Amino acid sequence: MHSPVIEVHDLNIHYHSKPVLVDVDFQIPEGKTVGIIGPNGAGKSTLMKGMLDLIPTTTGYTQFFGDTLAKKRQAIAYVPQRGEVDWDFPINVYDAVMMGRFGHLPLFKRPTSEDHAIVQKAIKQVNLEKFVDRQISQLSGGQQQRVFLARALAQQASVYLMDEPFVGVDVATEKAIIELFKELKAQGKTIIVVHHDLNTVSDYFDWLLMLNVRLVAEGPTESVFTRDNLQKTYGGRLALLTEVTEKVSRANIEEDE
Amino acid sequence: MMAHELWILAIAALTSISCAIVGVLLVLRRMAMLGDAISHSVLLGLVVAFLLTESRSITIMLAGAALTGLATAWLTQVLNQYGKLQEDASMGIIFTLFFAVAVILISLYTGQVDLDQECVLYGEIAFAPFDTIIMGDSDIGPRTFWVLAIVTLLNLMFLWIGYYRLKAMTFNASFAASIGIQVGLWNYALMALVATTTAASFEAVGVILVVALIVIPANTAFLLARSLHGMLIYAIGFGVLSSITGYYLARYFDASISASVAVMAGVFLALVLVAKKAKIRVDRKTVTS
Repeated sequence: MHSPVIEVHDLNIHYHSKPVLVDVDFQIPEGKTVGIIGPNGAGKSTLMKGMLDLIPTTTGYTQFFGDTLAKKRQAIAYVPQRGEVDWDFPINVYDAVMMGRFGHLPLFKRPTSEDHAIVQKAIKQVNLEKFVDRQISQLSGGQQQRVFLARALAQQASVYLMDEPFVGVDVATEKAIIELFKELKAQGKTIIVVHHDLNTVSDYFDWLLMLNVRLVAEGPTESVFTRDNLQKTYGGRLALLTEVTEKVSRANIEEDE
Repeated sequence: MMAHELWILAIAALTSISCAIVGVLLVLRRMAMLGDAISHSVLLGLVVAFLLTESRSITIMLAGAALTGLATAWLTQVLNQYGKLQEDASMGIIFTLFFAVAVILISLYTGQVDLDQECVLYGEIAFAPFDTIIMGDSDIGPRTFWVLAIVTLLNLMFLWIGYYRLKAMTFNASFAASIGIQVGLWNYALMALVATTTAASFEAVGVILVVALIVIPANTAFLLARSLHGMLIYAIGFGVLSSITGYYLARYFDASISASVAVMAGVFLALVLVAKKAKIRVDRKTVTS
């Protein structure tokens, strides 16, 4: 049996000596579409950044394909939150997507014709062909998110880690992202997504990590996305959950029948 | 045109070019004020380097500047992370402290330090051509010119080596780190470069106007540019243009050269702003009519 795509071992992260993630330990099998869910402040984005070594961790390690991050970097694509960057940066869509190739560029080298071909394909995959020359500051939120996705596609990775890709996007973009997930899944790639819309969890993800500082539950969505686990993850904030949990229990009853 | 005049124009142009390059990189990351901070704290490095070695060698001067630049960036980070002070507050504390210590050292060792407070604040570009370097038997030109030529070269080399990495980390630092770019290392390299650039420039234009040359042309360029290299070219262009027009403005009014250069930089910024607004209005009209 081959090693899991990702193995997170005993991860602890503190911010100003306040624990943000405690004893997080899990494995993710290959080819899954994984959702990371949990309330605000649960450490979802922190977990993703910790796995990628973008912030200091207190203890623990993350392995990709049974190896260190440094050795497997080219197999990993990270899509940060859209709000993290300044979209007034002077750059057009094409050049922004080209950044996905920078991890493959040696010092002093310019992108090759192969890199250009890969970028064109990635832009096509997210339906931005009409916008290649457009400045990124003149795009809608959904289009900007698609620029980020195209940049990740241009990395030609095996694992995609995306931080809240569905936030503030239009319906068309949401559909495009879901199509993309299916396409990537069909190619055996693994997608890990920080997500907060509980209504779509069952539709979008076949594997779940439920997080609230500690890992509450992990596993196939159909077995861990339960009323009980949701309550443990979201605590007293039931009002928000009623609708979703009702939906879940109704679905369970239907299955039982 | 006299040789004297040519040297001044050359010095002003080189200053604008180096300041424009670091300026673009700082402005895009909303770190323009770090340029201000480093330009002040660098003075301490220059004074200490001089007092320790009693030498005016260009290498020692630039090394002293680079080290203080790194120390400023590092101590700011330490105060911010371990002292839990706000980042801008940390910066304000460190650079004023460094600057104050430097001013005290200058007044204590007035006789030995070849820097007076007037020169630090306003620069002495008009006198720069008289302080020349003698190599063997021949006079190879003003010292300030050579310092700035070296620093401009350093800036261009930095861009040449790191262009793609700098572009990625300036746009999106976390993404850049995720593809393996040593963001921390490049950051410190940039701080050292900002320090050497400001150190070299302020002998010519003074510590206050260095900031003008870092911030203003880069922002004028930001209004027009559609790419990072476009922004660099615009910033260098507006910097050099401000130097030349500023010099003649100063000659006409018999005023301070460095101040006139800064004023011209501001004038070009205002012109571009107005032109851009007017163009948007015209575009709107053509769309609606």
